[in-house]
Amino acid sequence: MNSIQQTFASNRPAGRGVLVVYVTAGDPSLEETVEIVTTVADSGADIIELGIPYSDPLADGPTIQGASQRALEAGATIQGVFDCAAQIRERTSIPLVIMTCYNPILQFGPETFVQEASKVGIDGILASDLPPSEAEQWCAVAAEYELSTVFLVAPTTPPQRVARAVECTTGFVYAVARPGVTGARDELPEDLKDSVARIRQVTDLPIAVGFGISTPQQVAAVCEIADGAIVGSAVVDIIAEASNHEARLQQVSRFVSALAAATRQ
Amino acid sequence: MTTETEQRSGRFGRYGGQYVPETLMGALDELVQAYEQAWADLEFHKELEYYWRYYAGRPTPLYLAERLSDLCGTQVYLKREDLNHTGAHKLNNTLGQVLLARRMGKPRLVAETGAGQHGVATATVGALFGMETVVYMGVEDIRRQRLNCFRMELLGARIEPVESGKGTLKDATNEAIRDWMANVENTHYLMGSVCGPHPYPTMVRDFQSIIGQEVREQCPEQVGRLPDKLVACVGGGSNSIGLFYPFLDDDVELIGVEGAGHGLHTGEHSAPLAAGSFGILHGSASQIMQDEDGQIINAHSVAAGLDYPGVGPEHAYLHESGRATYVSVTDEQALAAFDQLSKLEGIIPALEAAHALAWVIEQAGNFGEDEVIVINLSGRGDKDAAEVKSLL
Ligand SMILES: Cc1ncc(COP(=O)(O)O)c(C=O)c1O
Repeated sequence: MNSIQQTFASNRPAGRGVLVVYVTAGDPSLEETVEIVTTVADSGADIIELGIPYSDPLADGPTIQGASQRALEAGATIQGVFDCAAQIRERTSIPLVIMTCYNPILQFGPETFVQEASKVGIDGILASDLPPSEAEQWCAVAAEYELSTVFLVAPTTPPQRVARAVECTTGFVYAVARPGVTGARDELPEDLKDSVARIRQVTDLPIAVGFGISTPQQVAAVCEIADGAIVGSAVVDIIAEASNHEARLQQVSRFVSALAAATRQ
Repeated sequence: MTTETEQRSGRFGRYGGQYVPETLMGALDELVQAYEQAWADLEFHKELEYYWRYYAGRPTPLYLAERLSDLCGTQVYLKREDLNHTGAHKLNNTLGQVLLARRMGKPRLVAETGAGQHGVATATVGALFGMETVVYMGVEDIRRQRLNCFRMELLGARIEPVESGKGTLKDATNEAIRDWMANVENTHYLMGSVCGPHPYPTMVRDFQSIIGQEVREQCPEQVGRLPDKLVACVGGGSNSIGLFYPFLDDDVELIGVEGAGHGLHTGEHSAPLAAGSFGILHGSASQIMQDEDGQIINAHSVAAGLDYPGVGPEHAYLHESGRATYVSVTDEQALAAFDQLSKLEGIIPALEAAHALAWVIEQAGNFGEDEVIVINLSGRGDKDAAEVKSLL
């Protein structure tokens, strides 16, 4: 069993949901990202999604677009994010999942990308605009280097595509909570339970829900119906708005601790 | 496991495909199916031809531009898409897609626009069929194509200004796709060129192919034979592929003209075929402008409709196979041609189309006297008059 599935498996007996926290690498700088991610891990997150910034991320709302833009302007490169991941790995063993779009992977070279990721201790990869129907070669390369794959399943995904997505997934299934882009939302969609049940019917893989999950209350509610909750924009907002480095780490720590506590409710 | 739609996922060699977030895949499946059914349905063609003829005013003339011909030392014909209703070729496609949207029961349209011609053409069909229409447009393009913004508002569409990036077509396309993701259940994304995920490159090409089909009938009638060369500007590539496609199997030279902006060597251009590389943008693999990390580089062209760092996948394929030739002309050359055609023929061309004209004018003297060259005059230049005046 890979480290991602293990994380879900070890939380399950205690009835605990898995908290996945997304951070855009390089916002405000790659050096700070190392400390932010370490803080997120120490505050009780179970898995980190580390975003490689991309200039034109179709699946992202204004919050993560802004973070990506700032990171690119601050000089984040793919190699820079890998170096950052290597430093994170020296400090914590928390599973790291790279999240990005497919074009940066394509330009780096899919095989080189996976090789490098595996070398620095990355556990899994999600390319948000690579649907399973285009991912045959990608999955083969990831399997060769024992990197877990994560694919999205949306409420709008037709049944035969849900089946295909779970076939391609070796990490966890990322259940998109609602149509639309990433970004904090006030309420959970009403049909979320049905969306998760639809995936559960066809797989025993862990299922985590993301897109718009932004408060401890929502995390608690999501953990009732799925194996984990993914929080991105709400954390990215805190990182963006903090006035200085110390305040940033403190606020991130407080918020992630509250989210983590919610997974135990 | 491969489903039926996956087998036909719209590949042109190594180009094309469907690289979009999962949320859109269901809508793409639905669109592929609706499109294939409609395209095989005589009733659909009858309906589309009705609107093309009685609403848009097709067929558009093939006009022998005599003074331009004298200047170039050859026979130059203009395919007059500027005379199509709304003033550009864009309406050919929006009429096709709106009929599809109606078949799919989607009451809302979203579109991106650069020059504003596609926005106007979308607002027009939105008005015609009483559909809510939202057009995303970059703030820089809103500035330089103000006339078209007034037209869209008159037609009842809402314009959503896009601030991100350079505020041009690439950024507007991102936002239109994001809107579609959020409203996919009731919204049809009416893409304006032969870019995007399958089925858009194929579908938009098929709707625009009416241009080439007409030329294929008009040229033998008027000249007695097929043309020797077809020349068209290439932004996303819809007017050019529409002209080229019906001639792919003929002995006819196909020449696409990209925007060289301030010059290819400056990096400030919109010529991904001349100076780009293999990559993914807006859902398909093609030739794109990017840095070594795959970050998209902003394009530049004086023509808002060409100001885009990508190009339709079928053009990338025709470029690679050598079946079509792609060249580029600078802003300056296009502006000169804009002026020349106005004074020589009494036709003010769109700045986009002025690129195709500029290449032919630059090549004056290199053509045989009896050669027949058809230039796609993809649109009229009223929209550009104010911007050109400020640049002169
Ligand atoms: C008149 C005109 N010609 C050409 C274009 C470029 O698009 P395409 O290459 O898809 O024909 C545009 C786009 O806005 C346009 O308005």
